[in-house]
Amino acid sequence: MPEITFREALRQAIDEEMERDENVFIIGEEVGEYNGAYKVTQGLFDKYGAKRVIDTPITELGFTGLGIGAAMAGLRPIVEWMTFNFSLLAIDQVINNAAKYRYMSGGQIKIPVVFRGPNGPAEYLSSQHSQALQSLYAHIPGLKVIAPSTPYDAKGLLKSAVRDDNPVIFLEAEMMYSWKGEVPKDEYLIPIGKADIKKEGRDVTLVSYSKPMKIVIETAKELENQGIEAEVIDLRTIVPLDEKTLYESVRKTNRCVIVDESWPFASVGSHIAWLISKNCFDLLDAPVELVSSEPVPMPYNHKLELAVQPSKEKILNAVNKVFYK
Amino acid sequence: MQNYDMNRYEPQFLKNLLRRMLLIRRFEEKAAQMYGLRKIGGFCHLYIGQEAVAVGSIAALDLKKDYVLTAYRDHGHAIACGMDPKAVMAELFGKKTGCSKGKGGSMHLFDVTKNFYGGNGIVGAHIPLAVGFALKIKYKNEDGAVLCFFGDGAIHQGAFHESLNMAKIWNLPVVFICENNHYGMGTSYERVSSVTEFSQMGAAYNITGVKVNGMDVIDVFENVKTAVQDARQGKPVLLDIDTYRYKGHSMTDPGKYRTKEEIEQFQQQDPVIGLKTQMIERNIINETDYNIIDEELKRISAESVEFAENSEEPPVENIYEDLFA
Repeated sequence: MPEITFREALRQAIDEEMERDENVFIIGEEVGEYNGAYKVTQGLFDKYGAKRVIDTPITELGFTGLGIGAAMAGLRPIVEWMTFNFSLLAIDQVINNAAKYRYMSGGQIKIPVVFRGPNGPAEYLSSQHSQALQSLYAHIPGLKVIAPSTPYDAKGLLKSAVRDDNPVIFLEAEMMYSWKGEVPKDEYLIPIGKADIKKEGRDVTLVSYSKPMKIVIETAKELENQGIEAEVIDLRTIVPLDEKTLYESVRKTNRCVIVDESWPFASVGSHIAWLISKNCFDLLDAPVELVSSEPVPMPYNHKLELAVQPSKEKILNAVNKVFYK
Repeated sequence: MQNYDMNRYEPQFLKNLLRRMLLIRRFEEKAAQMYGLRKIGGFCHLYIGQEAVAVGSIAALDLKKDYVLTAYRDHGHAIACGMDPKAVMAELFGKKTGCSKGKGGSMHLFDVTKNFYGGNGIVGAHIPLAVGFALKIKYKNEDGAVLCFFGDGAIHQGAFHESLNMAKIWNLPVVFICENNHYGMGTSYERVSSVTEFSQMGAAYNITGVKVNGMDVIDVFENVKTAVQDARQGKPVLLDIDTYRYKGHSMTDPGKYRTKEEIEQFQQQDPVIGLKTQMIERNIINETDYNIIDEELKRISAESVEFAENSEEPPVENIYEDLFA
C-alpha cells in the first residue's frame, strides 16, 4: 500500500469527492491560487478552477454563512478555516444557523456542509493560535464532529463527511499534516460514528483521538515493556460517539485513562469520563483518569507549551494511578 | 407618494396586492389577540404597518426559481410567499400542524416548497446565508434571484458588510432589502448610524443603493422588480425601504421611545388605505367590495386560529426528531 502524508490523504478525499459530485466545492482563505495555507488544497485550483476552488476575503463569518446557505440551497460545500482559532469569528453561523435550521424548520432543510481545518496546539504560536476547540463544537446538538489521527482514517472519514447530509466539523492539526501512513489506492469510506481499536489489550483502556493518539500509542508500547497490555481506542468521531466500543473495552480491562488535549472543564474528555464512570461503574477497578491540557492559554515558550499539554509522562502517571501504583 | 400610473397595472394584480396586505394585517391582529390570551408565547414581532414591503417585494418574484430569506419579524413574508395562514398560526401556537412542527415558533417560519427559508432570530445572521443561496444560483447557471430582508438594526452588523462585499466580488444575484422601520428595538436608527441614508451604504462595496417608499406598495414593487432584474444579471442591489411598524418591537414593548404624533404621521400614509384609495379612484373596487374582501380575510384569520386551537401538541417523543438528516 502506498504511504502518503495526512495532507495528501485529505487532498485525495477532496479531489475524489469533487470529481464524483459537481455540487462539491471548496471555499476558504488561500485555498485556491495560493494552494492552501497548509497545502491541503495544492493543485485543486489548477484542476477545478475558480468556480469550485473559491478564494475568499478574510471574512470568516461571511464565507462560513455563505457555505451554510449554499448547502441549504442544495450544494455540498467544504469550508476550510485556515485554523479553528479563526472559526470563532464564524461560530454564530455554525451554532445558530448550521446546527439549528433543520431542527427549527421541523426537518424541512438539509445542510450538507463540512467545516475543516487545523485545530489544537501547534508549536511556538502562543495563545491565540494554539487551542483545541472541539469541546465547543461537540457541545452543540446538530453538529457532527470528526477528529481522525491517521491518513487512512482522515481520507475515509472526510469522504464520508462530504457525503453526509448534515453539518460536519472536521478537525485536523498543523503538526499532523506531514505524518505518514498507508492509504490504499482503491476508493474506500469510513463510517462516521465508529471508533477504532488501534491496539488491542486487556489491562487498561486508553482513549484518545486526533493528534494525541501518537503519544498514546508510544505510551502503550512503553507499557508493554512493563508488562501492561493497554488497549488503545481512537474515537475518530466525537459526535456521534461510539459508546459501545468504549464500554466493551472497559468491560475487558476494568481500567480507563482518557487523553484529550482540550482544557478539562466541560470537555470531550470529561464527558467521556462521566459516561464511563456512570455506565461502567460496577466494572471499574479504579476511578477513570483524565489527562488534559492545563487550563491556561498557551504560552509561547517551548518548555512551557509542552508542559501545558498531555505528554507520555503524564499518561504514564495516570496509568500508574489506575493501577494504584 | 410617488405618482405611478395605476392604469398600467392589471386590476387583478392590484387586487392581489391589496388582499395580501390586508390578510397580513388581519392575521397579525389575530396574532396580537391570541398573544394577549397567552395562546402564543415568547417573542412575537408584528408586521403591522410594514405590509407593503413584503407584499410589494415578493410580488416581483417567481418563487419557482427565486428565494426569500428574512429575520424574526417574518409573519408577513411567510404569508406574502403564499404560506397557508393556518400553518403559520399553528406554528405560533406551537402545534404539531405548524409549518415547523411547533419547533420554530414565531421567529422561525419556513416553507421550502415556496422557497421561503425563514425566519432567523439573530440580527443579521441570515444575510450571509442569502449570499450562499445566490452563489448556488450562479453555480448552477440558474436564472433565479434572492431577496434578503433585514431591519435597520441589522445594518451595522458585520454580517451585513461581509455579505455585501462577497456578493459584489462574485457578482451574485441577491437583493439586500433593509426594511428601515426606524427603530432597532427601542433605539432610533438616527441615534446609532454614522450614515442615516442607508442607500448610501452600498457605495462602500460598489453596489447600487436605492431609497424606496415602503408605505407605497407600488413603489416597492417597481423598485424590487428593477433590482431583481439587475440581480439576475449578476449585479447585487441594496434597497433602503423606508417603513414603520405601528406596534412595539415585540408584544412586550410598550413603545415609550416614540411619540403618538410620529406614529400617526405614518398611519396617515397607511399602505393598505393608500392602495385601497387609489383603486377606488380608478373604479377597480368600491367601498362595498373592499368590505367584502376584508370580511373574508378576517374569516380566514379567524379560521387559522380555530385550526391552531384544534390542532394537537407535538408529542414529546418528537424532541429528538429533525436533529439530523
